[in-house]
Amino acid sequence: MVRELNTAVRLLAILTLLTGVAYPLAVTAAARLLFPAAAEGSLVDAVGQPTTQAAAVGSALIGQEFTADRYLWGRLSATAPQPYNAAASGGSNLGPLNPAVAETAQRRLAALGASAPRAGGVPVDLVTASASGLDPHISPAAAEFQVPRIAAARGIAPDAVRTIVARHTSGRQFGLLGEPRVNVLLVNLALDAVR
Amino acid sequence: MTAVAAVIGGPLAIVTPPAAALVQLALGGGLLMAAAVPLGRFMAAVYAGRSPRFARPLLFLERTILRACGVEAGDEMTWQRYATATVMLSAVGFAIAYGLQRLQHLLPLNPGGAAAVAPDLAFNTAVSFVTNTNWQGYAGEVAMSQGTQMLALTVQNFVSAAVGMAVFAAFVRGFTRASSQTIGNFWVDVVRGTVHVLLPLATLVAVPLTSQGVVQSFGPAREVNVVEQPDGGSGQRLTQRIVVGPVASQVAIKQLGTNGGGYYNANSAHPFENPTPLSNLLELLAILLIPTAICFTFGELVGDRRQGWALFAAMAAIFLPLAALVVLAEQRPSPQLLALGIDAAAGPGQAGGTMEGKEVRFGIVNSAVWAAATTAASNGSVNAMHDSFTPLGGLVPMLLMQLGEVVFGGVGSGLYGLVLFALVAVFLAGLMVGRTPEYLGKKIGGFEIKMAVIAILLPCVTVLVGTAIALQTSAGRAGIANPGAHGFSEVLYALSSASNNNGSGFAGLAASSPFYNGLLGAAMMIGRFWVMLPVIAIAGSLAAKKHVPAGPGTLPTHTPLFVAMVVAVVLIVGALSFFPALALGPIVEELEFVSAARAAGARP
Repeated sequence: MVRELNTAVRLLAILTLLTGVAYPLAVTAAARLLFPAAAEGSLVDAVGQPTTQAAAVGSALIGQEFTADRYLWGRLSATAPQPYNAAASGGSNLGPLNPAVAETAQRRLAALGASAPRAGGVPVDLVTASASGLDPHISPAAAEFQVPRIAAARGIAPDAVRTIVARHTSGRQFGLLGEPRVNVLLVNLALDAVR
Repeated sequence: MTAVAAVIGGPLAIVTPPAAALVQLALGGGLLMAAAVPLGRFMAAVYAGRSPRFARPLLFLERTILRACGVEAGDEMTWQRYATATVMLSAVGFAIAYGLQRLQHLLPLNPGGAAAVAPDLAFNTAVSFVTNTNWQGYAGEVAMSQGTQMLALTVQNFVSAAVGMAVFAAFVRGFTRASSQTIGNFWVDVVRGTVHVLLPLATLVAVPLTSQGVVQSFGPAREVNVVEQPDGGSGQRLTQRIVVGPVASQVAIKQLGTNGGGYYNANSAHPFENPTPLSNLLELLAILLIPTAICFTFGELVGDRRQGWALFAAMAAIFLPLAALVVLAEQRPSPQLLALGIDAAAGPGQAGGTMEGKEVRFGIVNSAVWAAATTAASNGSVNAMHDSFTPLGGLVPMLLMQLGEVVFGGVGSGLYGLVLFALVAVFLAGLMVGRTPEYLGKKIGGFEIKMAVIAILLPCVTVLVGTAIALQTSAGRAGIANPGAHGFSEVLYALSSASNNNGSGFAGLAASSPFYNGLLGAAMMIGRFWVMLPVIAIAGSLAAKKHVPAGPGTLPTHTPLFVAMVVAVVLIVGALSFFPALALGPIVEELEFVSAARAAGARP
C-alpha cells in the first residue's frame, strides 16, 4: 500500500513534468516556428490582413456583433453579458421546442424586416444562435439575403457587395469537407475599405 | 431502438441527406481504418513488451521514467495489487488536480487573474478528469488559469487515458495467461501507454491543428476595439477580449484520450479549438482512433485477429445506423421557425435544418456525426450544443452513453466493457444449450459473470437513481433550464453522461451547484471504479485458470452470429434499463415535435 502510494506520487510528478510542461512547451515552440499567426489567434488589422497585437481589430476566427444596415450581420450570439463576448463562449442551450427560440428569431426578423428589402424565407442560420456564440461565419444564402440592404445603405451597386462577399466565401475544404461559409468580419472590413 | 426509428420514420422520410454527407462519412471511415489497424498492432506489441525497433527512443524514455519511480522490470502484480495501484494513482491524481485548482490564484501562469475554484466545483472537476469523464461544470476560459489547464487538466487527460488502457492490457492477460497468479505491472502499463501511444499521437495531432488556427500561446487575452462602434465611435469604445492559451496541446489529447474536456466553455464548437472543417475531421478521427485501434490490439494479443474484428463489427453495427439517424433528425427544421416562414431547406447556399446551437462551418452533417461519435466513444467533447438538438437527435447521444460506453467507448475502458457484454453473451448461449460457457479458451464461471453483471448494471442503477434523486429535490430541479419534457431530458442526460464517464452535457442544466457537483462527482466515481475494479478481478480470476482447448461444442466467438448476439445483449440491457426513462423525456418530446411540425405545415 505505502509502496504503491510512493510510486504513484513519483510517477505523477514525472508525468506532470513530461505531459504538463514539456509537451505543451514543445507544441508551442513548433507552432510558433511553423504557424506563428495562427497560433497567436489569427489576428487581423483594419484592412483584414494578418497582424500582431498592436494594430488588431479582431480575429479572423472570432465573430463580432454587427447591427448597422451597412454591415453584413452574423449569427445570433447567446454569450453574456453582451453578444460575441470572446471571454465567455457558449450557446443558448434552448431546447428544440422552447418558445424562446421563436422569440429570439422574431426579434431578429423584426430587425431584418425594418431593412430587409425583399420578401421570402430568411435563411435559418440568420435567426439562430451559434454553438460558441462566436461563430465567425454566415451561410452564403444568408449573406446573399443581406446584399440589397448593405448596397442601399452604402449607396453602392449590389454586385460590388457580392464581389466582396464572394472574395471572403470559402467552399467546402478540398471540395469535400464542412459547409460553404462567408467570413462576416472580413467582409465588413473589406466593405469599409472601399469607402 | 428499431421500434423508436419506426415510430418516427415517417417524418424523417421528408428529408434527404446531402450527398456531401456520404462522401465525408466514407472519407472519414477510410482514413480511420487506415490509421487504426496499424496502430492497433503497434499497441499490441507495446503492451506485450515487444516495442518495435523504430520506437527505441520511446523505450529508452519509458525505462528512464520507470527507474526514476523505483519500479523494477518484471515485478509482476496480483490482481489485488494491480487494483490497489490503480486506485492509488487515481487518488493522488485527484489530490493534485484538486489542490492546483484551489491554489491557482497563488500560482504562476494565471494572466487572466482566475480566482481559486470553489471547493465543490474543484472536487467535481478533479473527479471528472481523473475518471476520464471530463464533465465541465466550469467555463474553462473564465474559471481556470493556464497553469491549471496544463498541470491539472492536460496531465490527467494523459494519465486517466493511460490508466484505462493499462486496465485493458491487464484484462487481456487474464485470457492469454494460464495458471498465473499475476496480470502484469500497472506502472509499466501506464508508462507504456503514455510514452509509446498518447504522447507521440498527441504531438502529431496538436501541431497540424495549430496550422488551422487552433491557438497555442501563453500570452494574456488580446483586447481589441471592435469594428462596429456605437454612435460612430465617439463615446466609450466597445472592446472584445480574445482569450488565448495552450489550447492545441490540450485539444489533441482531449480527443485522443476520449477525455473531452475543452479549454473553452464552448469546447470544440469554439473557433479557437476547432476552426475549420479540416480541424474538425482531424479531431473526429482522433476521438475514434484509439477506441477503434484497440479492437485490433485485442485480436493481436489474444492471438486471433478475428476476435478483434468481431468486436469492432459489433461496435460499428450499433454506431453507423445511430449516427445516420442523428444526421436525418437534425436535418429537420424547427417547427417553430417553420411557422415563422424561415427557410431551413438544405441547398447549395446553406446547410438548413436545425441550426440553433450549431456552427455554420460544420452545418448539420458534421455536427450530427460528431454528436454520435463523441457519445459512442466516451469522449464528450462537443462541436454543437446537444441541448438544442431535435428530440430524436438528442436521444441518440443519450442512448449511446446509456449503453454503457461500449460502442467504441473510452480508451481501453470501451473494449473491456464490451468484452463484459461478450461474457454475458456466451453465458446466455451456454444456458440455452446447457454447456459451460467459454470465451477465448477460458471457462467463464459464476465469479466472472457476477463481476460482469455488477460492472454492467451499477452504472445503469446510478443513472436512474441519480435522476430520481435530482428530480425529487428542489436543488436538483432548480438547475433545469428548459420547460417541459426537455427539462427532464437535461437531468437524465447529465446522469447518463457522468455515470458512464462521457462528459458531454445538455449544457443548459445549471450543473455548477453544490448539489450537482456532488451528485455527478459520485456518479462519475461509481461509473469509473465499479467497472474497473470488477474487470481487474475478472482478469485475476481468469489468469489463474487453465486454457481449455476448443472442442466441437465450443461456441465460436468470431462469427456474425456471435456479433449479433453481443449486439443484442447490449441493446436489450440498454433498452430494458432506459426505455421508461427515455419515454418520459426525448420520446414524448419527439412526439410533440412531430405534431408541431405537422401543424406548421412540414408535411402536405
